[in-house]
Amino acid sequence: MEVNTRVLPGAVYGNSLDRVLGWARKYSIFMYPFVTACCGMEYMSVASSHYDIDRFGAGLPRFSPRQADVLMVVGTVSQKIAPVLKMIYDQMCEPKWVVSFGACASVGGPYDNYATLQGIDRIIPVDIYIPGCPPRPEAIIEALMKLQHKIQNQKHELFAGSELKNTFK
Amino acid sequence: MEIQQLQENLSEHFTDKIISCIIDKDHVVLTANVDNLYAIFLELKSELKYNFQMFMDLTAVDWLDRQPRFDLVYHLYSVELNHRLRIKIPLIEGQAVSSVSGLWSIADWMEREIWDLYGIKFSGHPNLKRILMYDEFKGHPLRKDFAYDQRQPLIQDAWPSRPFQVNVKGLKIHRPGNDV
Amino acid sequence: MSEKNSKREVFLPAANHMALAMGPSHPATHGIVRFNLILEGERIIESTTDIGYLHRGFEKMVERSTWNQAIIYTDRLNYVSSMINNVGYCLAVEKLLDIEVPTRGVYLRTIMSELSRVADHMTCVAAQVMEAGAMSAFLYCMKAREWLWEIVEMVCGARVTTNWTRIGGLMADVTPDFNDAIRERIPRLREVIDELDKLITKNRIFYDRFRDVGSMTKEEAIDYGFTGPCLRATGVPFDVRRDTPYLNYDEFDFEIPIGTQGDVYDRYLMRMFEMEQSLRIIEQALDKLPEGPVCVDDKNITLPDKPSVYGSIEGLMNQFKLIMDDHGIKPPPGEIYQAVEGANGELGFYIISTGGDMPYKCRCRPPCFPMTAAMDKMITGQLISDIVPIFGSINMIGGELDR
Repeated sequence: MEVNTRVLPGAVYGNSLDRVLGWARKYSIFMYPFVTACCGMEYMSVASSHYDIDRFGAGLPRFSPRQADVLMVVGTVSQKIAPVLKMIYDQMCEPKWVVSFGACASVGGPYDNYATLQGIDRIIPVDIYIPGCPPRPEAIIEALMKLQHKIQNQKHELFAGSELKNTFK
Repeated sequence: MEIQQLQENLSEHFTDKIISCIIDKDHVVLTANVDNLYAIFLELKSELKYNFQMFMDLTAVDWLDRQPRFDLVYHLYSVELNHRLRIKIPLIEGQAVSSVSGLWSIADWMEREIWDLYGIKFSGHPNLKRILMYDEFKGHPLRKDFAYDQRQPLIQDAWPSRPFQVNVKGLKIHRPGNDV
Repeated sequence: MSEKNSKREVFLPAANHMALAMGPSHPATHGIVRFNLILEGERIIESTTDIGYLHRGFEKMVERSTWNQAIIYTDRLNYVSSMINNVGYCLAVEKLLDIEVPTRGVYLRTIMSELSRVADHMTCVAAQVMEAGAMSAFLYCMKAREWLWEIVEMVCGARVTTNWTRIGGLMADVTPDFNDAIRERIPRLREVIDELDKLITKNRIFYDRFRDVGSMTKEEAIDYGFTGPCLRATGVPFDVRRDTPYLNYDEFDFEIPIGTQGDVYDRYLMRMFEMEQSLRIIEQALDKLPEGPVCVDDKNITLPDKPSVYGSIEGLMNQFKLIMDDHGIKPPPGEIYQAVEGANGELGFYIISTGGDMPYKCRCRPPCFPMTAAMDKMITGQLISDIVPIFGSINMIGGELDR
C-alpha cells in the first residue's frame, strides 16, 4: 500500500516548467463523467449553457478513460459497480485527478446500508470532494476552480510511472 | 367492473381454491394457497370477464414473527375493464412457488428480484439468478433478520482514506476496516 | 478481477460472432445498465441486460426511518421528476390515515406534479436526441429546464431532490409571486417546445433513425407491463390520471395522446404532446387555485407553526410528540397500493403499516422496470446504433429501476 506522494496541498513549486505545465493542464481538462444517479442532473446543468463549465476549459467530456484526465464520480457508487470504477481509474493515464461529486460519492450519502460503498476514497484516491445532495452548480464550479488551483501548484513529473524516469533526471 | 361486483364474482368463481376474498380500502384482495396459484392466475388472465392482461407488480413481505413467514403479493390490472386485484399467497420458508413467467413476460424479472432480495424460489423459472445484487453476495438483504449494514464489499479498502495525514508527527490514525 | 471473472458465465459465441459488453459505465446506457451483446457484424443476435448497478436499498432505508423521514428516499427514486414520487408516497400514507388534504394543497400538488412531468419529458427528449447527435437541442432543453427548476427552488428550496410534500399536506405554502412566475414562463416553455419540434420532428436524420426501430405491438407491450408514454405509443389509452383519478385530475380538461406503431418515433412524439397537455393543466389549475391552508388541520399529523412552538408550551409539546422517536405519525395497521402517473408510467407505492412510527414495508413499483426488461426483445435483430435511440426512448431512470 503506497502513500501517494505526488501531490501535496498548498505547496508551491518554484520550478517554472511545473508552472507552465500546470497552467496548460488546468485549462484543458478532459473529464470522464462517471455518472450514476441524481447528481447527474446537476452535472448536466453545469455542463449546459446556464452554468457553463466550457468557459473553464472543461467543456468536452471524454467517454473513454484512456483519453480523460479528470475522473468525475457523480452519484452513488454501489458495491456492485465499485470494481468497474476501480478498473476505469486504473485505465486512466497519468496525470489524473479524481473529483468526488456529491455526498454519496464522498461518504455514501444518506444510504448507509449493505449495498452502497461508503465513499469512493475507500478504493481510489480523491483530490476534490464536493458536498451536497446534489451540490448546486455554483458549488461544482468552485470545486473546479479549486482543482485548477491544485493542478497549477503541484509538481508535474514528466515521466510519471515509466522506466524512462531513471534515465532522465 | 365495480369493486363489489368483482369481489362477488371472484368469490363465487373460485370458492374452493382460495382462502378468502375481501375488499380492503379500494382493492379487492384474494388470498390463496400456493398450490392453486398457477391455476388461479391462468383463469384470471384468460377469462374474458376478468381479463387481467397486465401484471402490475410482485412483491413479498417478511412477517418475521408469524408462521407462515412470507406473503407474496401480486397486483394485477385489466386495461380493457379497468379493474385491479391484489393476490396474497402465504408461504413458509423454503417453499417453492410455481412461476408465472409463462403467462406474463415481466414476471421473469420480477420473480428474479424476489429471489434475489427475499430468497423465495420459483420453480419453472427460466433463469433464476440475482438481478439487483451481485452474484457473490451471500444472503437475502430484504429479509427482516438481515441487518441493514451487513456489507460484503467486492474490493477491500485499497487506499488510505487520508494519505496526507499519514505522516503527521505524533498522530496515530486508526483506520477502521470494513464490516466483514 | 481475473479470479472473479473465471467464476462468471462466459459467452461462447460461434465463429463469426463477437461478444461485446456494452458496460455499465457508458454514456448511452446512462451509466448503470450493462448489455451483454452477441454480434454478427453490427447486427445483434442475442442480448442480455444486467441491471442493479445502482441498487441503494430504498426499502431497507425506509424501514428504518419514520413516515415523514422516508420522503427523502422517495424523491431519489425518479430523480428527474421527484415531486411526483413525493406526492405518490404521501397520497398512499394519507389513504392509510384516512385524511383529506385541503383544496389548496391538492391544487399545488397537481401544479408541481405537472411541472415535474414537463421537466422529466424535457430531460428525456434532450438526452435521447443528444445521444443521437443533436447537441443544440439538448442545450435548449437544459435552458428550459433551468426555468422550471427556478420555480421548484422558489417553492421548496432545492432544485433536484425536492422533499416537498409532507404527510397531510406540504412543507410550506408557496410565495406570493408563484402565480406570476409560472405564467411568465409558460409561453417561453412553449417556444422551446416549438423550437425542438422544428429541429427534430420532420428532420430526415431523426426520422430515419427513430421510425420502425424498437417497435412493440399492443399485446406485447401489455404482456410486458408497459405503462405511460411507451404504452400509449402503441395505441392503448391507459393513463392513471384518467382511469384511476387521484388528486383533482378529474376536474381538468386535457387530452391523452395515443400513437400507432409503438416505435421510438412515436414515443418521442408522445412526450412532446404530453408536455403541451401538462402546460394546459397547469394553466387551468392556476386559474382555479383557491386560498386557504395547505396542510390538514390535525394536531397528530401536521407540525405546529414555529411561533407557537417557541412561544407556548402546547405548541412545544405538539412538536415534541410529532418529531421524537417512537412518537410521531402512527397510521393504523393496514396496507395500501396507490398508483400515480409518473413521467414514465404507473408509479405504484405499496405500503404496509403495523401501527408503529416507521413503515413496515414500502415497495415502489418502478415504471421503467418493464421497459428495461423488454430491452432484450427490442434490440435483438437491430443494429448496435439502434440501441442508443431505443434505450433513450424508454427513459430509464436508474434510481427507480434499481431502487
